[in-house]
Amino acid sequence: MTTPQMKIGSSTTAVRLVAGRELRTRMRSKAYRISTLALIVLVVAFALIAKAVGSQDSTAHVGVLVSAQSVVPALEGATAALGAKVSIEPVSDEAVGRSQVSAGTLDALIIGDKADGSLQVVVDSTLSDSLRTVMATAAGQAVLADRISALGGDPAAVAEQVQHVSVQVSALRSAPSYDPQRLVLGSVAGVLIYLALMFTGQMVAQGVVEEKSSRVVELLLATLRPWELMAGKVLGIGLVGLAQVSVVGVAGVLAGQLSGALTISLAATVGTVLWLVVWFIFGFAVFSLVFAGLASLVSRQEDVASVIAPATMFLVAGYVVGISVLPTDPGNGLVALMSLLPFFSPTLMPMRLAMGGVPLWQTVLSIVLVLATIPALVMLTGRAYRNAVIRTGERVRLRDALRA
Amino acid sequence: MPTASNATAVAELVDRGSGGLELAGVSKRYGEVVALDRMSFRVEPGEVFGFVGSNGAGKTTAMRIALGVLLADSGQVLWDGRPLTAETRRRIGYMPEERGLYPRMRVGEQLVYLARLHGLTEPVAISRMHEWTERLGVSGRLDDDVQKLSLGNQQRVQLAAALVHDPDALVLDEPFSGLDPVAVDVMSEVLHEQAGQGAPVIFSSHQLDLVERLCDRVGIVKAGRLVACGTVDQLRGAGPEQVVVDVPTATSRWYANLSGIEVVEVSGSRVVLTLPEGADDQLVLQAALSAGPVREFARRRPPLTELFRHVVSATEDQS
Repeated sequence: MTTPQMKIGSSTTAVRLVAGRELRTRMRSKAYRISTLALIVLVVAFALIAKAVGSQDSTAHVGVLVSAQSVVPALEGATAALGAKVSIEPVSDEAVGRSQVSAGTLDALIIGDKADGSLQVVVDSTLSDSLRTVMATAAGQAVLADRISALGGDPAAVAEQVQHVSVQVSALRSAPSYDPQRLVLGSVAGVLIYLALMFTGQMVAQGVVEEKSSRVVELLLATLRPWELMAGKVLGIGLVGLAQVSVVGVAGVLAGQLSGALTISLAATVGTVLWLVVWFIFGFAVFSLVFAGLASLVSRQEDVASVIAPATMFLVAGYVVGISVLPTDPGNGLVALMSLLPFFSPTLMPMRLAMGGVPLWQTVLSIVLVLATIPALVMLTGRAYRNAVIRTGERVRLRDALRA
Repeated sequence: MPTASNATAVAELVDRGSGGLELAGVSKRYGEVVALDRMSFRVEPGEVFGFVGSNGAGKTTAMRIALGVLLADSGQVLWDGRPLTAETRRRIGYMPEERGLYPRMRVGEQLVYLARLHGLTEPVAISRMHEWTERLGVSGRLDDDVQKLSLGNQQRVQLAAALVHDPDALVLDEPFSGLDPVAVDVMSEVLHEQAGQGAPVIFSSHQLDLVERLCDRVGIVKAGRLVACGTVDQLRGAGPEQVVVDVPTATSRWYANLSGIEVVEVSGSRVVLTLPEGADDQLVLQAALSAGPVREFARRRPPLTELFRHVVSATEDQS
């Protein structure tokens, strides 16, 4: 009666209080800390593994016995012409060379050439396709040079001429080229945003049902409007998720750059993280609203998974399509189309943007569409939530919740 | 939509109104089921109002509507003569029938949070939380999660949640259910104290002896309507006349042939009889004397428990 009161006329204060409670209790929860740590470990490990795999020596080492040194010029020529990475090392003794081959320091040892120009090569078990091509080309050119000389021509001049012949291509449509590192980056971005959306979306759904199953919702609704409670919850958990995505994203970039696993420009990596954060916000808005609306229909935690399953399916579908198609076919037309649609764009767009080659109009269109969807979802899910959240007990039918 | 007659009724009530919490012609349906049928009553400042009725009669629905947790189909909830707003409903202390607190939130933190939702500043919320937890004997458990507390202590925290913002009115749905005798005493004390400070207090209960003891006025609800409302004495006065007769040596049911008599209760040789309207109790005494010496013969008004049964079954016959 005489209690000093804070003016709480504005809904903002109410929403802020609800969001604040979510932030405090979630950030403090063990599950949140463990999942954040696990995601950080995952991206850092990924960067380090990528580094270890990427730095493996891709140069092939070919030993050439001193007795067969005559093939060296042709070998060098073929290597250069094919753009292969081959280092040619002279080997003085065949026995030494063979032991080097079996030890793996040499990939192949050329021990001589026959009169018909065929090369005699010793390998450990198999000769790689790229080396076979290099050697076949070298042997062929050596024979060709011999013939040209025998006919009184100048092999060097012919070689010069051959080199100047090229195929001139005029493309009708420019195909974006994809950096393999960015394809990997895109996949990682896909995994991250999928996990983050799934985790935070379920947190919202469980939070809604927790209030219903513990019946505390009735006490809350005696002071809050339903939309204030829902908005505060979504906002609070959204911030919690945003913090998680940002921390993991930054950890990933740092690990990638510091370990040297990422050789693409810093701008591209930072761009990926920024898009990741932006699309997390969009995706979270879409999915958390739907999850909150659907979760308000049930009163028991064990019913949460089944009631949100239809919405979860969209999230999973976008992710699965993206992760299985994009790394091998980043320009896939069907995936590009899907990535424009509001329920798929939150998982697919950040992957495509990380991989590069997304036309500006597609980026803009996907954002416009998702932004247009959010107000409609606020209206629909808010209505379902308002009608269903106080009805504890049996599962409320969605149609009833939307109609009432 | 409020009908025209409803609107006039509301206007009259507003005109008459002073302070207090009031339901004015409130109706609510759930599909085909009528939960509340033009229910009207007012609880004055400083008054303790008991709300009784069988399960499903509409008590909880009425209280939820009074709090704004549910919306009425028609009718109004008035506070100080004006329609309840989001602002004014924050000043009510509420204890829902379905008890509920966040199970995995600490007691102290939770009470501060609820107080702040009701508009208190943080420092004030904290000091109120300390006051009430001390008063209700749970101050040692502030840092424990609610789910770790015994059921009795959870009830105490629930009461603290209804009181922590120093409400201007109390609406308590079955506040005594699940309380141990000590907590019942504390609760009774708190209700009187709050009323003493000028708050209208409404509570529902199935424990009619408690209602009879604590309430200034009682409303009996049946099928969504207030079928009787008044002070306990008024209600009892309106009830049927009864006599208590004790004939220790009687060997037969001496009262069996008296016309219009209803046997309320038989314990040993002592019987409680309800007399029909305008019946002569001396005829009953004569019948008793002919069966043996009469040890006790007294007129009385039925207690609330019987009255409740009477009112509820009477309206049942009508309908």
